[in-house]
Amino acid sequence: MSTPPTGPQPTLPLMTRVAIFFRLLAVQGAWNYETLVGNGIGFCVEPALRRLPGGPDGDAYHAALARESQYFNAHPYLTSVAVGALARAELDGEAPERIERFRTALCGPLGALGDRLVWATFLPLCSFTALVVFGLGASPLVTVATFLGLYNAGHLGLRIWGLQAGWRRGLAVAQSLGHPLLQRSAPQLGKVAAVLAGMALPLAVQRVIGPGHVLLGGTLAAVAAGAILLVSLHGRAEGWKISIGILTAFVLYSVVR
Amino acid sequence: MNAVDVLVLSLLGGVLGLDTVSFPQAMLSRPIVGATLAGAVVGDAWSGLLVGAALELFAVETLPFGASRYPEWGSAAVVGGALFTKAAYGFDAGRLTTSVLIALLMAWIGGWSMVQVRKLNAMWARNRHEAVARGTRGTVIGLQIAGLAADLVRGIVLTAIGLVVFVPLQTVTLQTWGSSAPLSRAVVVGAAAAVALGAAYKLFHAVPGFAWQFAVGLAAGLAGVALL
Repeated sequence: MSTPPTGPQPTLPLMTRVAIFFRLLAVQGAWNYETLVGNGIGFCVEPALRRLPGGPDGDAYHAALARESQYFNAHPYLTSVAVGALARAELDGEAPERIERFRTALCGPLGALGDRLVWATFLPLCSFTALVVFGLGASPLVTVATFLGLYNAGHLGLRIWGLQAGWRRGLAVAQSLGHPLLQRSAPQLGKVAAVLAGMALPLAVQRVIGPGHVLLGGTLAAVAAGAILLVSLHGRAEGWKISIGILTAFVLYSVVR
Repeated sequence: MNAVDVLVLSLLGGVLGLDTVSFPQAMLSRPIVGATLAGAVVGDAWSGLLVGAALELFAVETLPFGASRYPEWGSAAVVGGALFTKAAYGFDAGRLTTSVLIALLMAWIGGWSMVQVRKLNAMWARNRHEAVARGTRGTVIGLQIAGLAADLVRGIVLTAIGLVVFVPLQTVTLQTWGSSAPLSRAVVVGAAAAVALGAAYKLFHAVPGFAWQFAVGLAAGLAGVALL
């Protein structure tokens, strides 16, 4: 395991950090099936590389930018960890081979952690929260603000933390990824999301159907039956695509009857 | 819907389409946000929120995992929200059904169009591989900006085409609609909630105590329905 850098910490001015942070928001701008987010990593780390000996016209800058723009894959929010760590490693003058090995090793953990924590847990939790708020009769402004406020508190917080952790620990940043808060968050948030999912469904269904409970019971029974059917398909078909077929059939029925 | 509406909504669709993956991925593109914003643009955020909530139930199933192919909800939500809000009053029965169906189709097409932009990005990266390998600053930054611009244009064009094609189609459909409004809404939200419930199970069934936690939430939700 790498140890945190022990030498004098290179400086990274506030404006450079701000520039890197805003670039991180566009890290997937050139995402493609060959280098994935690789060009984005080079794009994000570039402001820091200007501080290498010789500046942006020097050989060190060009070699580092070329190295950092190669293939890379990670969860987009946790690329901040990689960018911070890689910026630190480059400015610390780490050997290129070591940096390249580090880049390769970082892809898997950053992808798996981000997918589990953000896409599979936090995003659905925020969606169900917004649907509960909607179902309770909140206004459009309150509903949207609740969703965006909650989600982006986590989203932006994760990006800022990642950049700082990466910069502080450099090639030893793997220790930060083992932080209990990151590792234990997903199961705990999952419990909250399960409660919210249960709350959201009847409330949202009721509000969309409108006043009166005549159809609510039948609709909720159909929802349960439909969900059991979808789960039993074990991912062989996606529910939203099946729904396109069902709704198309209903539209045709409603038009020709 | 006039030309100014189409122009403004297309720009909104472009911005929200860009948010899906490229910038800033702040989930402005989620249906509950996008459709509400579209509704607000054409005069009724409440209508936009209604269709956005229905679409959000579908969207819970489709999460943007890495290189997988997933629907693009940003521009789709704008089209769905605008269609529902602007559909002629007096044709209330089928407004939600047709708007949601069109938005789902748009999301599917949008997902396909994102793949095409990714292929375009790959071609540009391949053509400039040597410059990137030399660490040329202008090339690395240029590729990023070109990708962002292509994705923005994709969203704008897709939204504009969606509005131009589907507004008249929806109008014709609604003129011959024969099902009642409550049934039409129940079919849409029933399908959406079934998808969301299935997604919730798939995502969280491994969480210890899932069944109890969901049951507690469901009881609270049903109590809320009874009280509201």
